[in-house]
Amino acid sequence: MSEGLTWTVYDADTMTQAEIYGEVLCQLGEQHPEIVALSADMANSTKIGRFGKKFPERFFNVGIAEQNLFGVAAGLAKSGLTPVVSTMAAFTAMRACEQVRTDICYQNLNCKIIATHGGSSFGQAGTTHHCTEDLSIMRSFANMTVIVPADGIETANAVRAAIDWPGPVYIRIGRGFEPPFYENEDYGFAIGKSVELHPGTDVTLICCGIAVLQAVEAAKFLQANDDLSVRVINMHTIKPIDEAAILSAVTDTRRLITFEDHNVHGGLGSAVADVIAASGKGCAFEKVGIPDCFCEVGYPEDLYSHYKLDTDGIVEKVREVMGRDFEEDDDWEDEV
Amino acid sequence: MPITEQEIRFLEEKAKKIRKDIIDITGWSGGAHIGGAMSMVEMLTLLYFKVARLDPSQPEAPERDRIVVSKGHGGVGYAATLADKGYFEFDLLKDFNKFKSPFGMHLDANKVRGVDVSTGSLGHGLPMAVGLALGARVQKQDWKTYCILGDGECNEGSVWEAAMAAGHFKTTNLITFVDRNRLMIDGQTEEVMSLEPFADKWRAFGFDVREVDGHSFGHLTEAIDAALAATDKPVLIIANTIKGKGVDFMENDVRWHYGGLDSDLIARAKDSVERMAGHD
Repeated sequence: MSEGLTWTVYDADTMTQAEIYGEVLCQLGEQHPEIVALSADMANSTKIGRFGKKFPERFFNVGIAEQNLFGVAAGLAKSGLTPVVSTMAAFTAMRACEQVRTDICYQNLNCKIIATHGGSSFGQAGTTHHCTEDLSIMRSFANMTVIVPADGIETANAVRAAIDWPGPVYIRIGRGFEPPFYENEDYGFAIGKSVELHPGTDVTLICCGIAVLQAVEAAKFLQANDDLSVRVINMHTIKPIDEAAILSAVTDTRRLITFEDHNVHGGLGSAVADVIAASGKGCAFEKVGIPDCFCEVGYPEDLYSHYKLDTDGIVEKVREVMGRDFEEDDDWEDEV
Repeated sequence: MPITEQEIRFLEEKAKKIRKDIIDITGWSGGAHIGGAMSMVEMLTLLYFKVARLDPSQPEAPERDRIVVSKGHGGVGYAATLADKGYFEFDLLKDFNKFKSPFGMHLDANKVRGVDVSTGSLGHGLPMAVGLALGARVQKQDWKTYCILGDGECNEGSVWEAAMAAGHFKTTNLITFVDRNRLMIDGQTEEVMSLEPFADKWRAFGFDVREVDGHSFGHLTEAIDAALAATDKPVLIIANTIKGKGVDFMENDVRWHYGGLDSDLIARAKDSVERMAGHD
């Protein structure tokens, strides 16, 4: 883990997710002369420009040309440097999909990608700027690590960890206006290791990104009002996924729901479903996210409400799954 | 670095040897992109045996020059050149294209010794070459990056994104060739998707353009020397070539973009290469 300033809720209250990572990169840039940064006319929007102001000779703005952006990053990585590339998720995962797959993942290059405006976080911009497909795309690339931080502080942790992690890493964040969840960086962030944020035995909510904060609020509400014991897991790393935490949740709670700002196909929910299916254990399971449609237009908070990713929606989904008839046979422990 | 007559004769013999090796690999593999491999033999031979600073005993040496074969389908020619340079045993190429072989027809840098960058999907090599050139600049290293594009490849938009960046960042430590053999799978470049005025396009993107006979070691060397001396604009060398060069029944024939060779054709092809005359 790299040394440096750490961030607290006081910073998170005044700085966006992207601003925090911009500052973290500046710190890392002092410690790691091999870090170079790139963007595609998104230096200001993504905040990677802060690194560029501090280290102008180590920053490349390639203009609005995302295919070239990731190709140039691959070349810089091949020269022995550690490129950190940031632009919008839609243009990373889709416009430059092949460059990320073929130039960076196939060659297993030490390139770190910070994709901003993920999911429906830029909801008012419309479908061209939504990105509810990236997790599905990125987790299908061999060698790629996929992280969806819950807030700015976790983004700081993820960026630091990614620099020390070999090979390509995709860090997916929002537009930057998401509310903070963590109060400081000291909660033991490690790539591939989920964090249990609320204990529970009746049902488990496995979440990433903006859904994390909402799920914890929902768990508290359900404890107080429905006497439900709701486990909440922050599954910040989608790949490699924390299989042990999923299997424990299956055994302990027998009811699982995933929440993500992504199409229900291919993202966190599908990754969790893979683990459950392979385990041979039966459980009540539901994936909540964008239900295989192009997301509506609107401010993110309205969209999160519409797609059951806010506290009220999560409470509603938990009650629905708790009410589902589910045979819990006595010898279940012996199955498969 | 001027080239001597003696060096030219040596390189011509080397190129003949590499062409015959390409013919053998094409025979063993069942099929390869032989036409476009033959057209760039002089460029690869000159880079690997005269110009580029590299040592096959240390393929990862940080100070080495980098070579990006952006027209990755030319892998059969690239592999033959690397074997001849001593990066690996030529006999390993008997497995070209075969099950679990390190050698697919588009070479994999993580599997094939001496390959700097994996290519194959067109339009990817030049962006990576620009990145390498910028990487050398950031690290204050004087190694050079050489990149060979196909002319049909220049239909890809990403080539021009990278060209714009090379012009903007003035990557004079990048020397780019276009293997201008004027043929692509579906026919002549000017009929499928016209490239002309090709040199003007590169000039408009910020390059100093040199047009040469791509089979002449003398002319290619002059152009490379000019590129290595450039301080203002990166140099783009349009190497006018003949697809299938050296094999009379393949030359300028679009059907030989990709093909296999039986023993009769192998003998005819090698005989044709043996009779090749040098270019001034």
